Amino acid sequence: MGTTASQLPKESLSEYQELTFLTKQEILLAHRRFTELLEGDERNHPNPRVPMDAILTLTELKSNPFKKRICQVFSTSENRDGSLTFEDFLDLLSAFSDSATLEIKSHYAFRIFDFDDDGTLDYGDLEKLVNCLTGETADTRLSSEEMRQLISNILDESDIDKDGTVNLSEFQHVISRSPDFVSSFKIVL
Amino acid sequence: MANGGSFNVNIYEEDYDYENLGESGPSQDPFQLFKEPACNVQGNPGDIQMEMFTKNSDTSDSESTSSSKESYNGCRLRSLQRNNWSAATRRVLSSMPSRKIGLHSSAGMAVRETCALPTHQTSSRVSLHIPRVTQDDITSPEFEEISTEDEANNLAGSGLWCTETNKEQLVSDLRGLSESEGLRKLRAMPLSLADKMEIRKHFFSPLAKNLVINRNFPCRNLPCMYLSRMWRHCRYAPRFSTSLKLWNSSMKKLSGRYGTGVLSYFTFLRTLLFINLLFFITTFLFLVLPQAIHPPPDSHGESFSWIEIFTGMGYLSRSLMFYGYYSNITIKTTSITSMVPYCIPTAYFFTITISFFIICIILVYSMSKSFGKSFQVFKSDGNLSENVFCSWDFKVTKKPSIRLQSEKISTQLKEQLSELASREEERTLMQRFRNFLVHVAAWFICLASIFFSALGVYFLSKTISKVLQNLDLLFMAAVVSGFNLLLPGIFNFCAWMEKHNSPCTRVYVSIFRNLLLKISLVIILCYHWLGKIAVEQDPQVSKCWENFVGQELYRLLLMDFIFTVLYTFLGEFVWRIFSQKILRKNRKPVFDIARNVLELIYGQTLTWLGVLFAPLLPAVQIAKLFVLFYMKKNSLMLNCQASKKPWRATHMTTAFITLLFFPSFLGAAVFVAYTVWKIKPSSGCGPFRNLTSMLESVKLWAERMKDHHQILSWLFRAYNAFTDNPIFLFMPSGLFLLLIYFRIQVVDGQRRIIRRLEKQIDDVS
Repeated sequence: MGTTASQLPKESLSEYQELTFLTKQEILLAHRRFTELLEGDERNHPNPRVPMDAILTLTELKSNPFKKRICQVFSTSENRDGSLTFEDFLDLLSAFSDSATLEIKSHYAFRIFDFDDDGTLDYGDLEKLVNCLTGETADTRLSSEEMRQLISNILDESDIDKDGTVNLSEFQHVISRSPDFVSSFKIVL
Repeated sequence: MANGGSFNVNIYEEDYDYENLGESGPSQDPFQLFKEPACNVQGNPGDIQMEMFTKNSDTSDSESTSSSKESYNGCRLRSLQRNNWSAATRRVLSSMPSRKIGLHSSAGMAVRETCALPTHQTSSRVSLHIPRVTQDDITSPEFEEISTEDEANNLAGSGLWCTETNKEQLVSDLRGLSESEGLRKLRAMPLSLADKMEIRKHFFSPLAKNLVINRNFPCRNLPCMYLSRMWRHCRYAPRFSTSLKLWNSSMKKLSGRYGTGVLSYFTFLRTLLFINLLFFITTFLFLVLPQAIHPPPDSHGESFSWIEIFTGMGYLSRSLMFYGYYSNITIKTTSITSMVPYCIPTAYFFTITISFFIICIILVYSMSKSFGKSFQVFKSDGNLSENVFCSWDFKVTKKPSIRLQSEKISTQLKEQLSELASREEERTLMQRFRNFLVHVAAWFICLASIFFSALGVYFLSKTISKVLQNLDLLFMAAVVSGFNLLLPGIFNFCAWMEKHNSPCTRVYVSIFRNLLLKISLVIILCYHWLGKIAVEQDPQVSKCWENFVGQELYRLLLMDFIFTVLYTFLGEFVWRIFSQKILRKNRKPVFDIARNVLELIYGQTLTWLGVLFAPLLPAVQIAKLFVLFYMKKNSLMLNCQASKKPWRATHMTTAFITLLFFPSFLGAAVFVAYTVWKIKPSSGCGPFRNLTSMLESVKLWAERMKDHHQILSWLFRAYNAFTDNPIFLFMPSGLFLLLIYFRIQVVDGQRRIIRRLEKQIDDVS
């Protein structure tokens, strides 16, 4: 099921094609990029796992403020350290691909934004999210007063059951109203 | 307990008789504790299966069931009871998009929660919170606690799919569906690839011993299975959309640097290229090629000078490029056509009209798809939560662009926050009056400039009555393109003066003014051509008025291209050098998306107007678009920076496709229809010479054909009946109006329900 040597076996290729939203060319390209990230001796390993630092050298992820969260969400490692196997990598690309459904994208977006992995977006998660969006520099960051106002407005608008957090359904409800989400939640190799 | 192969669908039928539910329904729960989930109106039995699976996983243990029963009852008491909704209300509610999304992800939620929970739970009994919608309490998600035992040890590894019974149940649930349905459902589940592959192994296992499986699996013998597997491979083979992968790498680089807004311009350009390609292929195969093989007898070679490329006169005017070359004969000379004579005038007419018809359908289809995607087309700036959750563009990869994007989002958020804060402030009367005056002045300037430019073009067209030579012919086209280039600058200045509140309004206003300018210029030109040239048919101007109009349009298209090149060079390249070296500012010019897209639409309108008179004009447009892509891309990379203003890409793309259809394509179609129907073709040239109208050629052809073929005479009679009897016009339009009214009422009803629900939630919480 994993990759053997540097060639992708045909059955695996068709299986990946059926189970992900990627096309054959995209899977082959992903395989090529993934093997480039491996060290020489790891390439013969049956199911190699690339550490997070190597994944973050990809140009598509290098400057993304959510890069660490993305790796952690898609990682299936025991200690959730963000390392990815080839299949995790395909999962990542499939969720960010052109043909992925809105449900898949919103599901993974929710998990990426849920910084503390507790299943809901509470004040801390939203604050970290806004800080990621607005960047590092001092003049783009929101002041604490603005942040407080912003988050209270967000919770007013999206928290339907008024429990102080945004859960998955509420998040998906907001997302479904925005037509730009599907086109902006994309990473293409 | 394993799910049986036969499911009871009775509960569904009373409420969802009009929906296709697929092959399965809810299982018969012996405990009758839980109401069956009932909202899967799109016929996704897989989702019901998922819910059934997660629900059944706890009925395997009576102990856990009893505890869950208690918690369930407790939940019921706590939950919002909405038992007074009618069946119709429930039906409408269940089809709301957010409902369906919730259902699909309930499975994923279950898995994720079990993966996340081990860090919090140490006991062997793990509680899962799964949002559930039941038949009675359909308006509120009911939270049930479901315990699964002996799973805490296995949770960290493989999530929910640890026990054999669970896997088998899920597999048998999926197997209730057809293969493609099941695979599609599996693909759309937010599980890891390893889990999906395990499930798939069971799903497609040919050696299943379970009787249930054999009953449901339609194809038991080996050849059938191989065939179905091959069919699956064919379906998942490279999809046809990958054939539209022209320029993919360039567009990826552009989106990496500039974001989705600029990308939408290039996508629009690519779409136009393909539309023109389609048009060109049709006219080439059916019109140009037959005529090229049989050149008319009176054509003779002429000397060719380079200026003629620009003016369209001389050699070009007597070539396949223009209307005048085409003859009105019926080709019978070759072996094929001696059996089936090929009549060129009819071919000309039908090729053009059918191509227009096909493009109309394509545009309406893409417009409706676009509208469906961005439903809230006429709503202004989204609310804050949408901006926070949806505004990050993951395609942007370059560091400086990411910084710019962060700046953009930050500015947008701050602006919205300050707007919210200052909403209560009323501006003083003086301020409002001053704003009003500024608006009036700006509109006056814009409208006056449009009016005077239109007037100028009108008088210019009237004074060009004598035959001009060479480059003087280009003067008119240059004037029109010059107006198109300069006046938007004035509009930008007016917009800067006005300082609109929201950037959305500013974009709309500038698009509207630009559009008004282009429409008025094109209308003046069309009136001049159809109202004067065609009617008077002055032999001094041209022996063949269609050729003249075709050449005018060709020149306009060419001048438009030359001026675009000039603008790109001067407006972007020189401006950047100027601002960097002389003004010493580090600001590069910004790519004006709206203006460039309107230029594209204008060029396309000219092509569509001219295709009747110059069948090879789409080829010219294709070449122009091709060169334009590379020129704009390079200029963008060298000279421009990403915009700091937010640009709602899907929204604006919908607006642009609408503009492409409504004034542009429909206007051209009306122009062509009027020409074909009312205007007398010139008597000396072209395939319709010596007829009173182009339409007449079809009538004559139909008369001739009627005697030979029965089908055609029947068609003809049907056509006559259709056009003579007005009831055939009223009935379809009445039907359409009814449909539209029905849809409007449904949407209105949904809105009202949402408002009531929100009010109820407010009252309870």
